[in-house]
Amino acid sequence: MAYETVIGLEVHAQLNTESKIFCGSSAAFGGGANEYTCTVDLGLPGVLPVLNREVVESTLRLGLAVGAEVAPVCRFARKHYFYPDLPKGYQISQYEEPICTGGRVHFATKDGRDVSINLTRIHMEEDAGKLIHGDELGDPNHSYSDLNRAGVPLLEIVSEPELRNPEDAESYMRKLRTLVRYLDISDGNMQEGSLRCDANISLRPQGSEKFGEKVEIKNMNSFRNLRRALEHEEKRQREILDSGGVIHQETRLWDESAGVTRGMRSKEYAHDYRYFPDPDLVPLTVDAKWLDEVRAQLPELPDAKSKRFQDEFGLPRYDAEVLTAEKELAAYFDKVVEAAGKEQAKAASNWVMGDVLRLLNERKITIEECPIPPERLARMISLINDGTISGKIAKTVFDQVAESGKDPETIVEEKGLRQITDTSAIESVVEDVIASNPEEVEAYRGGKTKLMGFFVGQAMKATGGKANPKALQEILREKLGS
Amino acid sequence: MNDLLQLGITEILESLRAREFSAEELTRAYLERIDDTEAKVHAYLSVLEDEALSAARAADAKIGAGDHGSPLLGVPVAVKDLLCMKGTKTTCASRFLENFEAPYDATVVARLKDAGAVILGKLNMDEFAMGSSCEQSAFGPTHNPWNLKTIPGGSSGGSAAAVASRSCVVSLGSDTGGSIRQPAACCGVVGMKPTYGRISRYGLIAFASSLDQIGPFAKNVRDAAILLGAVSGHDSRDSTSADEPVPDYTKNLGAGVRGLKIGIPEEYFIEGMDPEVEAAIQKAIAVFEEQGAEILEISLPNTEYALPVYYILAPAEASSNLARYDGVRFGLRKQGDSTFGSLFGMYAASRENGFGDEVKRRIMLGTYALSSGYYDAYYTKAQKVRTLICQDFKAAFEEVDVVLSATAPTPAFEIGERLDDPISMYLSDILTIPCNLAGLPGISQPCGFTSRGLPIGLQLVGKPFAENTILQAAAAFESATTHNEALPPL
Repeated sequence: MAYETVIGLEVHAQLNTESKIFCGSSAAFGGGANEYTCTVDLGLPGVLPVLNREVVESTLRLGLAVGAEVAPVCRFARKHYFYPDLPKGYQISQYEEPICTGGRVHFATKDGRDVSINLTRIHMEEDAGKLIHGDELGDPNHSYSDLNRAGVPLLEIVSEPELRNPEDAESYMRKLRTLVRYLDISDGNMQEGSLRCDANISLRPQGSEKFGEKVEIKNMNSFRNLRRALEHEEKRQREILDSGGVIHQETRLWDESAGVTRGMRSKEYAHDYRYFPDPDLVPLTVDAKWLDEVRAQLPELPDAKSKRFQDEFGLPRYDAEVLTAEKELAAYFDKVVEAAGKEQAKAASNWVMGDVLRLLNERKITIEECPIPPERLARMISLINDGTISGKIAKTVFDQVAESGKDPETIVEEKGLRQITDTSAIESVVEDVIASNPEEVEAYRGGKTKLMGFFVGQAMKATGGKANPKALQEILREKLGS
Repeated sequence: MNDLLQLGITEILESLRAREFSAEELTRAYLERIDDTEAKVHAYLSVLEDEALSAARAADAKIGAGDHGSPLLGVPVAVKDLLCMKGTKTTCASRFLENFEAPYDATVVARLKDAGAVILGKLNMDEFAMGSSCEQSAFGPTHNPWNLKTIPGGSSGGSAAAVASRSCVVSLGSDTGGSIRQPAACCGVVGMKPTYGRISRYGLIAFASSLDQIGPFAKNVRDAAILLGAVSGHDSRDSTSADEPVPDYTKNLGAGVRGLKIGIPEEYFIEGMDPEVEAAIQKAIAVFEEQGAEILEISLPNTEYALPVYYILAPAEASSNLARYDGVRFGLRKQGDSTFGSLFGMYAASRENGFGDEVKRRIMLGTYALSSGYYDAYYTKAQKVRTLICQDFKAAFEEVDVVLSATAPTPAFEIGERLDDPISMYLSDILTIPCNLAGLPGISQPCGFTSRGLPIGLQLVGKPFAENTILQAAAAFESATTHNEALPPL
């Protein structure tokens, strides 16, 4: 049978605020065990939470960026369960009255489809700490708790079940990462856990309106693993359904090394979190003035940037999407175009998407660490454009600039890479080539015009690749034609 | 009894400034008094002799250096043992926290220290402030100084008994459903629950967050007003603390009650009310009238629902607030059997051994009220009725300035009398609970004695942040009567 896959994602983004959501402890990653804790995040008797304003602003930035509806009044709720990484015995979260509802995330797929996914809600909550078990530390019969992460602010971003395949789920997740990084509210690092994701996936017969029984998958710590886990689960469910089986609602863990999802041992009882509004926190009011202030500080967002690159610079859709996926890459590209001129935008795009990204990959560095500043790349593009160097030589110049940290002009001068455009100089080289290859000349003249490449190669070799290719071809054609 | 022990705050400050005695001498007098009375009363859970003497000496040094501004400089006070005080045990009268030393000061404790107060010790209470008799203390009950066989009221029984037995000048307690006013009534002292948000709750070990409020105990209205002023005010560490200016609460104490409109709610003369209590209240009403107040009969129609609403909301919040007592990071830890795994075995054993019966009862009540499928029928419904109770008061306060009633329907009962009957125990707070649900300020002051010599309390409730009005009315009643001058026969 043909099935339609239905996927919804519940994403947790750790905010990059200075301090925690309800106290002044550092929210930094790492630190010695329990170094970033205080009376409040330790949940000592008598302490009270106080909401961090920066957390609300970060949330509002994302809410506005995705066009969510921001509640004028929202509340925090307590979610109860006992676990040693949860100091108060409850997590402060939002339940019936979240700060944001609705909104949409847009992305383009590799095959050029435009996808738009509706969000259910975005809410604020605190993270739990973590447990380190004795086999990793100290006494194997003990567990140790590190509460540095307890109280670090999280956003929970819940999508509607509108994703239809694992690849789109990955693209959606990547787009969320792009968004939180553009907004500078999270570093969006899946490996370090600052971006986490649980996925709900179900299958239904093609054309059916009714959702199938869903399975929740956890423990996917990279974009690739998210896709792999969903692909595996899609296949597993299809096989069960095809063989007449039934899918049971359950939570499964992705086992990265085995490449399979495994059912978690189901608890005898269902959790009752006993949510109720946190009486220690007053309802949060967000007025129009505050929203306007946050809106005024929003950066240019990836969708707008991509559209600008297409409209103003005439870039193809694909280029624009690649260049805007990372705010820093887009900024680099913008600077190159600014220095080289809009008419050079496509050339700039080719250089950035090609050689620049290759260089970053090879050196495993970020665009901010790129050894070629954008202005220098722009000057190199200008050198090609004004005929000082050839496009081919430019590759060499690029590598040398990256290697030496010198200006492209300096490299061209030092290495004598200036293009030979002087026709008399090229003519004399051509004459030498013709004179020393009589057989090939005869064959060419006899109709083997494919040999043009051979003559170009010989002449280029003789000029150290510096001959202007266009002038060289013209002169060759002229001299060989006679 | 040493004469120094009869002095109020204003007289103490004047005498200290005049060098009639030193803060250290005064503190020693109180420490001796504690020695004399504690075996009978058991108001204190810990006496901080060294800390108190060193604070007293520091106060003497400040007085010597000309500090005349600190409102409690050199005044010996004591606090209920649910207020955290750095480096000392804060037990909440619970086995669970028997050895818990708070690493920080509650905001009120810090404010007492800033005001120059000498903190003598930590006072007994019902465990986690859950009770009306102080019998639920894991460390033994406090006895009423007026009759050692009777309860001092609760949960702030130690705070009331300590002031009544003159083993501190003033004290702080906390009031969730009457836990300041009811013991004040039982022990014949003044006790006030301010408006919710008036005093920071930071460092107050929570029972029910939306109801808990710290407040003063004193032997007269003026002292209560001074202590209230010293600890009130906005605190950035408590989101629910009000950003309202703190007036001088002593300013209107002599202003009288002429023209003041006092409402008498018919619903507060309940069935089963002790006739001696009712008679004392009627006499008090007459006193107010003689003083020029206008007495009006009013109705607070939803009063009968206050007690059930309270016994849903308070335990619901308590079940959540007490979830942190899991034996992991502080307090009692017991290894249990591992029927549900060693972790849950530890939780169960720690909580089973750490909490007393009343605390467990309320955790169960609250957990039930919040559980899936019952939440709307109990918690949500109770919140709606709470709103109705607030509206009752709002409507009443359009007609009157103050609402007057008895503080408790009966005087102090005998120790052990109601222990096996939680409902009759809960009824002790039937007249005080509505004020907590509505977040209003309320004060209890002595208004007479029963034939057996037990104090009777009068309650005045005011509009939000109108502490001054009820203090003014209470001061007028106090100067027109002599009820607060009697001393317990210790």
